[in-house]
Amino acid sequence: MERLKIATVWLGGCAGCHMSFLDLDEFLVDIADKIQVVYSPIADVKEYPEGVDVCLIEGAVCNEDNLELLHQIRAQTKVLVSFGDCAVTANVPAMRNQFGLGNTESVLQRAYIENAQYNPVIPKADGIVPKLLDRVLPLHEVVTVEYFLPGCPPPADRIKAFLGQVLAGQVPKLAGTQLKFG
Amino acid sequence: MAAKTLTIDGRQITAEEGETILQAATEAGIKIPTLCHLEGVYDVGACRLCLVEVKGTPKLLPACTLKVAEGMEVSTDTERLRKYRRMTLEMLFAERNHVCAVCVANGHCELQTLAYSQGMEHVRYEYTFPKWNVDNTHRLFGMDHNRCILCTRCVRVCWHIEGAGTKNVAGRGGKSQIITDLNQPWGCSESCTECGKCVMSCPTGALFQKGSTVGESERDRNKLEFIVNAREKKQWNA
Amino acid sequence: MILNDLLQLKEKELAARKKILLRCCMAAGCISSNSTGVKEQLEKAVAEAGLQNEVEVRGVGCMKLCCEGPLVAVEPANEMYVKVTPENAPSIISALQGGQANVDQTDPNAAFFTKQLSIVLANSGIVNPERIESYVALDGYLALHEVLNEMTPKDVVETMVKSGLRGRGGAGFPTGLKWGTVAKSPGSKKYVICNADEGDPGAFMDRSVLESDPHSVLEGMAIAAYAVGADQGYLYVRAEYPLAIARLQLAIKQAKQMGLLGAGIFESPFNFNVDIRIGAGAFVCGEETALMMSVEGKRGTPRPRPPFPAESGLFGCPTLLNNVETFANVPAIYRKGADWFAGIGTEKSKGTKVFALAGKIKNTGLIEVPMGTPLHTIVEEMGGGAPDGGKIKAVQTGGPSGGCIPAQHLDTPVDYESLGKLGSIMGSGGMIVMDEGTRMVDVARFFMEFCMDESCGKCIPCRAGTVQMHNLLDKILKRKATARDLAKLEELCDMVRNTSLCGLGQTAPNPTLSTLRFFRNEYEDLLQPDTFDGGANHSQTVTK
Repeated sequence: MERLKIATVWLGGCAGCHMSFLDLDEFLVDIADKIQVVYSPIADVKEYPEGVDVCLIEGAVCNEDNLELLHQIRAQTKVLVSFGDCAVTANVPAMRNQFGLGNTESVLQRAYIENAQYNPVIPKADGIVPKLLDRVLPLHEVVTVEYFLPGCPPPADRIKAFLGQVLAGQVPKLAGTQLKFG
Repeated sequence: MAAKTLTIDGRQITAEEGETILQAATEAGIKIPTLCHLEGVYDVGACRLCLVEVKGTPKLLPACTLKVAEGMEVSTDTERLRKYRRMTLEMLFAERNHVCAVCVANGHCELQTLAYSQGMEHVRYEYTFPKWNVDNTHRLFGMDHNRCILCTRCVRVCWHIEGAGTKNVAGRGGKSQIITDLNQPWGCSESCTECGKCVMSCPTGALFQKGSTVGESERDRNKLEFIVNAREKKQWNA
Repeated sequence: MILNDLLQLKEKELAARKKILLRCCMAAGCISSNSTGVKEQLEKAVAEAGLQNEVEVRGVGCMKLCCEGPLVAVEPANEMYVKVTPENAPSIISALQGGQANVDQTDPNAAFFTKQLSIVLANSGIVNPERIESYVALDGYLALHEVLNEMTPKDVVETMVKSGLRGRGGAGFPTGLKWGTVAKSPGSKKYVICNADEGDPGAFMDRSVLESDPHSVLEGMAIAAYAVGADQGYLYVRAEYPLAIARLQLAIKQAKQMGLLGAGIFESPFNFNVDIRIGAGAFVCGEETALMMSVEGKRGTPRPRPPFPAESGLFGCPTLLNNVETFANVPAIYRKGADWFAGIGTEKSKGTKVFALAGKIKNTGLIEVPMGTPLHTIVEEMGGGAPDGGKIKAVQTGGPSGGCIPAQHLDTPVDYESLGKLGSIMGSGGMIVMDEGTRMVDVARFFMEFCMDESCGKCIPCRAGTVQMHNLLDKILKRKATARDLAKLEELCDMVRNTSLCGLGQTAPNPTLSTLRFFRNEYEDLLQPDTFDGGANHSQTVTK
């Protein structure tokens, strides 16, 4: 059997979902011969590959890099999964949206100048530091997303249930407390 | 009291005259989702989650205010109702800033519980991200309008159990908000008795005890019912 | 006051008539273009010409052709001057003595006037709304006398049932049935409420009735109160109608002084008091349960029905709630008989309906036509069609709860059922005409914005749903929406209509739904291709 090509991606989030992914512990070993991790923050791959089967995406769409990568992922992936609350609801990263459109300057000001203890300066480097989007968005407001795996972070058993269904060839369907936000 | 026989979800049940469909269903072990309903205070039929279908009536009716009638045939869990309930919940999440991950009520929130029990795994409507304030002026309690769903439970317990009349609603439509007194900071309120019933009644993390952090806001709703029973039925032992 | 006093008052008023009558419109529309100054100058010119004994200058209510105001009508010459300025006054007076007035006139035999049939507006533009004697001269309060002396409350209800009158507030509930229900509801205290919280954009029928003929509404309320057994009435008027409120206050005072309101009306045991309650600007307070909350001094939000106001209304008592136009129909029905009334209109919609004709149309103003009159007659013949030779595209009826009827359906007769079939409603009588320059998605967004702003915020579907629908309409207009947004909009329309607590929310999707029904292409033309997936081809996403 050909191994399922799985990618995990880290957009605007805290990496907690990936930590939770690592909490799968021995389950990762169990599925090791069924999947192939072709792209991930925990794998050393520079370019998002073509022909990915499933991509778990952590984080909200916060900056231009996120946006570009997400469109690339969509174009090169069969099934997209919003992985965790930031991807599903935009969650904490989106709290800056409450300050209205055009908040990016004031947000950067607050973070890099007002709250800076050393060297207060807003990082600017074209091509290296991506520009913030006016609004932080959940994935499905940008591209079509097939499945949603909420939780902040989604507990390991929830990820396990989800991946178990995918690997068993079922249409993944979570229900009840497995859909709990937060 | 005359007894009424009716059918709920295909089950024949009897109920006392004057009971609501919600009461009759609850007694029969049929669970109808609710949000603005709170045991101990009168119902307002506002959240529309308990809407049911009644045979022969074209309109959907709220179970919390609909009285039982002889021969009534009620459906509480049709595909149409499930769809509408999910849409209602999605709208609530899109309406204000509900960030479960950093909410005092995380894990004890009725909105959150309803969302997953109704199968809401994401919100299809665009989040509006409005700007709302947090009133932290009170000595003991706080009010975070970002998490308020305008169920008016706090208003009702304040007026009808505590009798203080501190809480009220101001404004219209999506700009409505819960206010204290004549829209004064809560800490300046002279009518607030600091009884905390509003905090106890809040289904989300909008009203909270100061000092509680994420997930710590557990509420003892039975206390409200206990007070009402004690006062009206003179029963103090649960 | 007994019958004889009333008749004497009438005779006295009739005897005081002068040879020539100048009627000068003193309703809000004409006053805003200085008809007060016109009336003053006319009176001055009459005095200067020494014609005080031959010419009466009477301030009257609305004379209907509002777009041409200020209006001055001359009797018995049957002339109507339009756009009169105070400076025109001497010229008009000199014309009475054989000169030629240098003022534009309109043809009183034009279709706009001749196709009208006035019941509700019969006195409008004729009586002086600030003098009860003027109303009495036209048989005012005779119906109330007859009802109190010749009929039992049961007879009164039966007559109303026989007349076939249906509520003019919009929904068209049979008035007689409502009266009968309240009459039969047990309770020693009952209330009659007149809903004068007219709030639909473009609607001014009720305002005109109140400003032009307040006593007909009071008489109607008194008759209704007798029929249902109420002794207290409330007139709920929106604060934006200061002139209507002032005239009602005056009318109530005059009626009380004459013993036509208050204790022992016409020296019978029947008591009826009317008080005015002023709305604070919330559209939703036109909804009956919200209105009653407001009268009680509470926040004006609707509550679920049942219980209906007829069983448990104001302060928990049985309450009869009708709109201004409904009450204004009442005196004529008892004066001329139920059969006479039932002979007008169509099989299911009896009598006449007043419409406020506005928008892209030549003759804007008030019209009253028999039920069943085709829309075509109203907008093309009476309204004179679109101005500047434009083409009419659609007619909007029923305000934010109604729909747009496209030009190809202008042969539709105006009655409750026919308009309902087209996805619109009769509504309270706002009629906004649109020409080819009007974008229907704009119209839908306008009304959705109205509902969004006016939602009381109590129930979630209306409070949050109108916001979502408005945002989607806005997105469509900004050419940022895709077919899936349109599908989402339609799903929301269905949901908000079926789950909202009160009529405001339940009907808020109507303008959107009806424009979608008849002008779907205008929506689709604004949609963008769905580039949601970055143009990539994915079987999973396409099938989803």
